[in-house]
Amino acid sequence: MKQLEFFTSLFQIMFFVTALLVTAGIIFGRYKYIRRNIELGKEWKGTHNPAERLRLMILIAFGQKKMFARPFVGLMHFVIYAGFLLINIEILEIVVDGITGHHRIFAPLFGATIYQILIGFFELLAFGVLATCVIFLIRRNVVKIERFDKPEMKGWAHLDANLILIFEIVLMFFLFTMNATDSILQMRATDLVNNIDAEHYKVFDTPVRFLVSQALIPLYDGLTTTQLVLLERAAWWFHIIGIMGFAIYVTYSKHLHIFLAFPNVYFTRLQPNGEMNNMPSITKEVKITMGMEEPAADAGMEDEILSFGAKDITDLTWKNILDAYTCTQCGRCTDVCPANMTGKKLSPRKIVMNVRQRADEIGQRMDEMGEYYKPDDKMLYGDYVTKEELMACTSCNACVDACPVNINPLEPILEMRRYVAMEEADVPDAWKAMLTNVGNNGAPWAFAPTERFKWAEEMKNSNQ
Amino acid sequence: MSEETLKIPTMAELSAEGKSPEILFWVGCAGSYDDRYKAVTRAMIRILNKANINFAVLGTEESCTGDPARRAGDEFTFQMQAAMNIEVLNNYNIKNIVTACPHCFNTLKNEYPELGGNYDVIHHSQYLQKLINEGKVKFGGGEFKGKRITYHDSCYLGRANDIYEAPREVLEKLDAELVEMKRCKSKGLCCGAGGAQMFKDAEKGHKEVNIERAEEAVAARPDYVAVGCPFCMTMMGDGIKHFNKEKEIKVLDLSEFIVGAQDL
Repeated sequence: MKQLEFFTSLFQIMFFVTALLVTAGIIFGRYKYIRRNIELGKEWKGTHNPAERLRLMILIAFGQKKMFARPFVGLMHFVIYAGFLLINIEILEIVVDGITGHHRIFAPLFGATIYQILIGFFELLAFGVLATCVIFLIRRNVVKIERFDKPEMKGWAHLDANLILIFEIVLMFFLFTMNATDSILQMRATDLVNNIDAEHYKVFDTPVRFLVSQALIPLYDGLTTTQLVLLERAAWWFHIIGIMGFAIYVTYSKHLHIFLAFPNVYFTRLQPNGEMNNMPSITKEVKITMGMEEPAADAGMEDEILSFGAKDITDLTWKNILDAYTCTQCGRCTDVCPANMTGKKLSPRKIVMNVRQRADEIGQRMDEMGEYYKPDDKMLYGDYVTKEELMACTSCNACVDACPVNINPLEPILEMRRYVAMEEADVPDAWKAMLTNVGNNGAPWAFAPTERFKWAEEMKNSNQ
Repeated sequence: MSEETLKIPTMAELSAEGKSPEILFWVGCAGSYDDRYKAVTRAMIRILNKANINFAVLGTEESCTGDPARRAGDEFTFQMQAAMNIEVLNNYNIKNIVTACPHCFNTLKNEYPELGGNYDVIHHSQYLQKLINEGKVKFGGGEFKGKRITYHDSCYLGRANDIYEAPREVLEKLDAELVEMKRCKSKGLCCGAGGAQMFKDAEKGHKEVNIERAEEAVAARPDYVAVGCPFCMTMMGDGIKHFNKEKEIKVLDLSEFIVGAQDL
């Protein structure tokens, strides 16, 4: 058969290898870009206690522990996750086939029965992925789950989420079509009476059909062998090229969590959630003010102008930016935020999304301007995040607890508050009064420090 | 117990006598000035006296830990407070601190060490649990026997420091029926006052956080809402009042349950 020879020709192999190399090249470029953007953040010491970090990574990223806080959605997500992980083994075969020009190269290694069970198992997973993606599409577009319908989820965020789901459904459909048409071709290739020239598809002495895709066989059985070969090859190509496209797309998408969840959980902040990061520069200043330390001889001569808190992503740590690239916008943080659920503007997810948007804005500008790069006049605080949002946070840590991949939305909020308070002195008037009271009276209320122990007097005098 | 025998020793007095206490009871600003929370301070003093604990307070030498200043973004004011308090605490060579305020607790325990203040700090829920376990504090159900109690988790105890069981174990000793709100423990909903929100009006929204939480508390049909935090106390008290339930549902601190059960 001429088509067959054509499709198995050197041209096909070369095309495949080229596609693979181009994909790898693009992804490497994206990797460098994202890594550089993350490194725009300040130094952060998050590497101590590797054993604990590994434990968390296995439990939370690999084992998806926190996803099961909502068991039903957790289970559905696990189906897609397990499917993604295991179907990769089948993709490995596809890639080796593509490079070598073989067909189902792993089949002889396992023998007909085991191979059929294996592929059947992958198909079962693929069916799970497909079904779950359909349910997720319905949840996003028909049922209108509240957390998917917040202001920050309009436009690109909404489209991105849908595209990913549709992408996965299409990929799974091509996988089934590929296997179904392949089964028919195997049957025809081994049919001793009406034998066709499709030796390429002959894998075993008896043809094999697979658990899920066999249901599609009646759909394609009427096609001619030529049509079948075309369809099988088209499905094969769309499936594998689709996967390459998907891999590239992911680096632009909120779907990056499939890779970054692992390092992000590894670099989890291990201090108690309640502990705010210290500012050593202020410790020094306080000691000088209290006469506990002499000012440095070169005071005021330092090159570096100290700025307090965060006004832009470059004032945050690299972990805060890694958090932002890891965020898949599920909105569990916003869902449990007391400020958000009572109608305030603050949404922890939006803050995290803003960090990524701003990092991308700076990163793209750096790439465009190259060595002539100079910063734009925009800032994370002011251009993306408003004071009203920052002021509404109760620092309750519900967002931190809720994140399935250990993103900390609280840290950037509190760092920006430090900027508002110390650089702009722009906190609400009630806070200014409170701060004055703390400074003057040693209490947030306007009571005299001499009255602090009055309760004891009252208690001793009362005859209860 | 007659009021004359009630002791409230200060560190200055003890130090002058060359003595040192087993624990320092850190009263906190709310415990010192807030009328409602002063009752919690009194309850703690009664419990400490009854259990014959060698304790002391700082009296006028105590000052705000700086927590609200730090949460409002003013690190300078926070660190000034911290430096002054650490100086006082270190001068008295304080080792153990107990406080009835989760915010003071969090700051003293987690944030002072980096600034030179290293103490063994526990929240009064943990301390009361310890005293009960050691048999130093004994009580039956008393007036709380068979009553429905729901415990509201303070964020600065719970998610901030992973303390969920100590307060519940104290309450379990009351022979009462402990009921949980829909959102509890690590999923507990904030009262709305953390992060210095206590000291300003909320931003524009469609509801106050404490109303959202009080609604949930009311739905649990408790006779008592138990708290372990001065801000939660204010917010839950106001929230319960908002629903005109203050006659049916009382908001009490853990120590007040013990004092009530002991009829101190």
